[in-house]
This record gives sequence, C-alpha cells and structure tokens, in this order.
Amino acid sequence: MSRRARVVALLAGVVLLGSVAFASVLHAAGRAGERDRPRPGGPSVAAGAVRLDARGAMVFRNMEWGPHRDELVSVPAADPGAARTAAPVRCLRFHAAAGVGVCLRKVDGALGESYFASIVDSGLRTLRDYPLAGVPSRTRVSPSGHLAAWTVFAGGDSYAGGDFSTRTSIVDVRTGALTASLESYAIVKDGRPYHAADVNLWGVTFADDARFYATLATKGRTYLVRGDLATRTVTTVRANVECPSLSPDGTRLVFKKRVAGLSPDEPWRLYALDLASMRETPLAEGRSVDDQVVWADARTVVYGLAGDFGADLWSVPADGSGAPRRVAGAALNPAYVG
Amino acid sequence: MYLAERGPDQAAESGDPSPGSAVRPGRAVRAVPATVLALGTVSLITDVSSEMVAAVLPLYLVAGLGLSPLGFGLLDGVYNGVSGLVRLFGGHLADRGGRHKAVALAGYGLSALCKPLLLLAHTLPAIGAVLALDRAGKGLRTAPRDALISLSTPPETRGRAFGVHRAMDTGGALLGPLAAFLVLGAAAEGYDAVFTVSFCAAALGVLVLVLFVPSRPTGPDTRPAAARDGAADGAPPVTLRSAVALLGRPEVRRLAVCAALLGLTTVSDAFVYLMLRHRLGIAEQWFPLLPLGTAVVFLLLALPLGVLADRVGRRRVFLAGHLALLAAYGLLLAAPAGPVVPFAVLALHGAFYAATDGVLAAAAAGAVPAELRASGLALIGTGQALARFCCSIAVGAAWTALGDRAVLRAAMAGLALCAAWAAYALRGREAR
Repeated sequence: MSRRARVVALLAGVVLLGSVAFASVLHAAGRAGERDRPRPGGPSVAAGAVRLDARGAMVFRNMEWGPHRDELVSVPAADPGAARTAAPVRCLRFHAAAGVGVCLRKVDGALGESYFASIVDSGLRTLRDYPLAGVPSRTRVSPSGHLAAWTVFAGGDSYAGGDFSTRTSIVDVRTGALTASLESYAIVKDGRPYHAADVNLWGVTFADDARFYATLATKGRTYLVRGDLATRTVTTVRANVECPSLSPDGTRLVFKKRVAGLSPDEPWRLYALDLASMRETPLAEGRSVDDQVVWADARTVVYGLAGDFGADLWSVPADGSGAPRRVAGAALNPAYVG
Repeated sequence: MYLAERGPDQAAESGDPSPGSAVRPGRAVRAVPATVLALGTVSLITDVSSEMVAAVLPLYLVAGLGLSPLGFGLLDGVYNGVSGLVRLFGGHLADRGGRHKAVALAGYGLSALCKPLLLLAHTLPAIGAVLALDRAGKGLRTAPRDALISLSTPPETRGRAFGVHRAMDTGGALLGPLAAFLVLGAAAEGYDAVFTVSFCAAALGVLVLVLFVPSRPTGPDTRPAAARDGAADGAPPVTLRSAVALLGRPEVRRLAVCAALLGLTTVSDAFVYLMLRHRLGIAEQWFPLLPLGTAVVFLLLALPLGVLADRVGRRRVFLAGHLALLAAYGLLLAAPAGPVVPFAVLALHGAFYAATDGVLAAAAAGAVPAELRASGLALIGTGQALARFCCSIAVGAAWTALGDRAVLRAAMAGLALCAAWAAYALRGREAR
C-alpha cells in the first residue's frame, strides 16, 4: 500500500468513526432532551414547596420525564399516585427524618465530577456540605434527626480494573462532628477482636442516637453488625445480612439476603429478621431487590425496582404475608416525613 | 505527536555536544523511528479509549445501572494472574514466525470489541467478564508492541524511543477522562455515547496500527530477524523451550531477578495515595486527583529520563528511579508539615515511573536476542508485575495488623536492600 493510499484510508477511517461517535453523542443528547419533556399519561409534576416537616408526606426522587426529572418531590403518603410537588434539588441518594434530610449529590467540575453530602433543613436549605470520596450508595438519617450516615463506593480508578471498596461515614448533625470512616471502629467478630485489610462496612440503619446496625463484609462473606457510637465498636450479630433497615419500633430488620442457588445476576431476596428470636421470614417479594428498604409504617416496607422509566417504588408487608404492590412509578429513595 | 517532535530539541537544549559516550560515533540518530511514533499514536488513542470507560465506570454501575459493585475486585487477583499468563503467551506467539504485528493487532482488536459489548452487559458478572476480556487484550499486545518498538530502533536510542512511547501512552490516559466528561456534559447520562465514542477511538487505534506499523520491523536490529523466516540460515526455530532457555542467559536472569525483587518492594499506587491521605492529611475531595499528579510527572519526565538512560546507562536510571521511590516512602514516613510535601511525593512517584517503566523495557531489549525479543520482554515485565501484585497483597494484610508506619518502614528497608543488591548484580558494562 502506498503512503498516499494509507493516508487516504486513515482519513476515511477518521471521517467514518468520527461520524459514528458524533452521531452517538447527538443521539444521547437528544434522548436527554426528550427526558426533559413531560410524557403523556405520567403523573403531573409542578414546582412548589417541598417540606420535610409536612404532616403525612412522602418525599422521593422523581424520575418522571419532564422539566422536574430527578428533582425531589412531595406527595401525600396516603395517595402516592397524586400530583407531585417538586423542589429544584437533585440528589443521587436521599433520606430524611424528623425534619432533617441528607442529599448525596454530584457536582460537575472542570476535571470531572465530584460528590458531596449535603445536610438540609426542613425547607431543603443546605446546612452543611461534606466532600465524598466516591459515588454515593446509601444514606440514612436517625429517627431523631440528630445523626446521619452515608456510604460511597471508592476506587475503580485503575486501568480497566475495579477494586471497589465502600466508605461509610457518620456525622452528628447538631455539632457537625464527622466520623470519616466507620472502619476506624473496633470490630468484634464472633466474640473476638477482628483485624483484616479487606473489611468493608455499609448500609447503616439507626436504632437511636447511640446504636445502629450495618453490614460488614470480609473474606467474601457479609455480616449484620450492631454498632455502638459511644464505644466506637461494631459487633457481628449474624451472617449473610446486607443493607438492614430497622422497623420503627426497633424490634425487626428487613434486609437483602444472598440466597444460594439463584442466578449471580439476581442474587438477593428480601427477608425480615426478628431481633429477639433471630428468626428469619422471607417476604412475599419474589424478585431480586438491591436496595435498603424504607419502612412506610409499622407493617410495610418500600423499595425500588427497575422500571420502564428508571425505577419504580414497590411495597410489601414486612411479615411475609400479602403480595408486592407498586406504590409509585418513576420514583426512587422515598422518605416518610412529618 | 508534538511531544515526539519536540523531543530532539529538548535533548539539544540539555546541551551535551557529543551524543554521549554510550552512543557509537557517527550514529547520532536523533529522530525517533516512524514505527515508534505510529505505535505511540496507537497507544495514545487506545488509552483515551480505555480511560474514558474507566473514568465513568463507577458512576455508570451505581447511578446508571443501580448496581452495588462491591466485591467487584474479588477477581482482581485472578485477572492479574491471567493477564500475566496472556502476556507471556502473547510474547511467545509473536516471536514464532515474527508475527509481532499480528499478535498486537489481535490484542488491540480484542479490547476494541469489548467496548460495544459494554453496551450489552447490564449485570455485574457480565461487565466483569467484558473487563476481563479487555484486560486479556492488553496482556496480549504489550510484549509484541514493546518488541516492535525495540526492533525498529537502533540500540543506542532505545531509551528515547520507549520514553516517547510511554509519554504518548500516558498523555492518552490523561485525555481519556476529559473526553468522557465532555461527552457526559453534552449528553446527560449518555453512558452509551461514552462507550460508543470509546469504541470509535479504539477502532481508530487499530486502523493506525494496520496502516502505519510495518509487519516486518526495518530497524538496524533486525538482522537476526531475517533468519526467522527459514531454518535455512541455521537459526534455531523459536520454541517454548528456547523462550524458557532465555533465563539461562546470565544477563536476562540478572535483569529479571532484579526487576522482580524491586517489584516485591514496590507498594501499589493505591497504597501511596492512601498514605498521602492518612499521613499527610490530603482532603477527601482531592483524593481522586492524586493519580493525575503521578501521571503528569510521568508524562513530562518519560522522554528526558529515556534520553538520559541512553547516555548514562539504563540500569543506572532504572535504579535511580527506585531511589526516587525510596525518597517518596521516606517523605510519607517522616510526614513533615508543609504544603509542598504532597506535591513532592507525587513528583517522586511520577519520576519513579518515568525512570523505570520504559527504561526497563529498553534495558531488557538489550539483553534479549532479536528473535526472542517479545518472549524476553514478556518474561521480565510479567515477573515484575506479578511481584508488585504479591507486594500489594502483603501490604494490604500487613497494614491492618502492623499499622501504616511499620509497613512503610518495612517497604523502605526492603527496597533499600533490593536496590543495593540490584546495583551490585547489575554492575559492569551494559549489553546493547
């Protein structure tokens, strides 16, 4: 092949591949634009005041297409299909209790993206920002609104590699004091102090302002741990428990359990654990759920599952009875406030 | 490309009128061969492609697909082992019949094909499999590519050639994330567009390889390569046995053992960055930018240190690079106060890469005969990579048990010992 022919071939390749690349970006940009226009048949969404102290309200991330896509919205908890009231606050993860919210958000900068945890008041005004070391995964506010916890995925920056690890932080909202990593806590496993390089902790759920539950993973296994803020200790309670969520009365947990024999693509099922008897009960949801559930009331849990437009919220009784029910379409990260 | 073009001027400015005692008189070849520039361009474009994906992958998995990528790295060890074996295999395959270009093409092509597969894979096991395949492609192409660089370059300027290649490679790695975030800026949540653009870049890299890298290197070092075409010349055919027999050559063995020993005391990048945060108190939001600091210094120093290696000897620069790493450990251990300390650590870390990565390949090329070049480079490179992997596992285990200071002290002591031994073992005249 002559030099001239090679240069011509290269130019042709550049033009062809450049066109494909350009077209794919145009297509994706067009689709992003389309998502900004309301979809016929969807619930109506209008701007308004979203308050974290409104009585009987449910606040969640609205994934419905339109100008308010991925903003926080408020609906009556008794009628989640009603028109949504949106506030211009965008979060990758959200939770709230007692008039205090945590919004884990992404900020686009010149050198890529950065992530922050914002503590917000009942009017969604930011009280304090904490920089995060990775992509947000879970967040919870304690029932009193005094404490907040979040988990991010850090790492995955090596060449085509992915050694992801979690980092879980707890902040005292009243003082601003931050425990940057729960891995600084002492670990008691099976009654003995435990050290390992591969420990990951995630998915905090608060009992009160002194105690919490969370997931600990080491050597390829997961454990339910009970955490104590005063002694800065986590103690293993039980194996194969991920993303626990404590009931309002503090007697039961609903968690995702890796069930043997299921497809590695969909390995989790929801289970309830009675903390007094340590008895497990499978819930009536037959699909794999990768979420930390939220208690809607003393009997029901709510969780996200993939849907046609991002994700839908589903609910199921926490005692193994009944059947799953779709609560709201195109919605994520609910918090029952007020 | 401009880097490569600037190269000779920079060297001229650094002002050595005679091209150095290491260079044979009358052979002051200053320009970098076209094949090296072509391979550098292929690496640059390919790194843009792969780093685009790496930059958005965490966000894509968590925010785009709603997955929990934890335990994703459990297979990291397996990947590393497989990647090392594939590299040896690729090196051997390339030497048989002198198929360097074909094997490199297979490697680059495999990685390119992985990008559209990412559009189809929506579960963690599937995405893990695609990334493993991508890594296998990288393993396959590394040895034949480095062999091609060395075979197309006169021995006395190999340090420069590898320096130009590594600088272009690192430049691509720096541009990749920027390209990815430009795409995401134009199209919110357009991960599919990122993967498509990444594929187009990878395909362009393959095209440049096909069009501008000759099947038969035509450098001055290819005389013995002609013998490969037939046993008529009496050259022994390339077999697995002859590849293994490379370790019987004292020079190859010394270099392989030194590289592996020094690799055993080279802590992983992740540990260096964690230490920067733990011991020097780098703020959380700067953490993702630390690898960038290392890469920028690597980019800036790869060519100058490659040229220096040609003048004063590759092994000397290779050892000096490890002294830079030793100094970085020392700074992390002493943790003096001051705003410049983290920059100094990153500068030393980047200088370590610039003085060792391409320079080792250049030194190895001098010790291995042309007909076994790819096998030999793979042998030495894989030994070093596996040793580093062992080190990162040991450091991970020791860290929680002993604490970071003890790990740093142990790494310093180990590195100093290995460097001293390597300086002794690698003394004497360097083969060209």
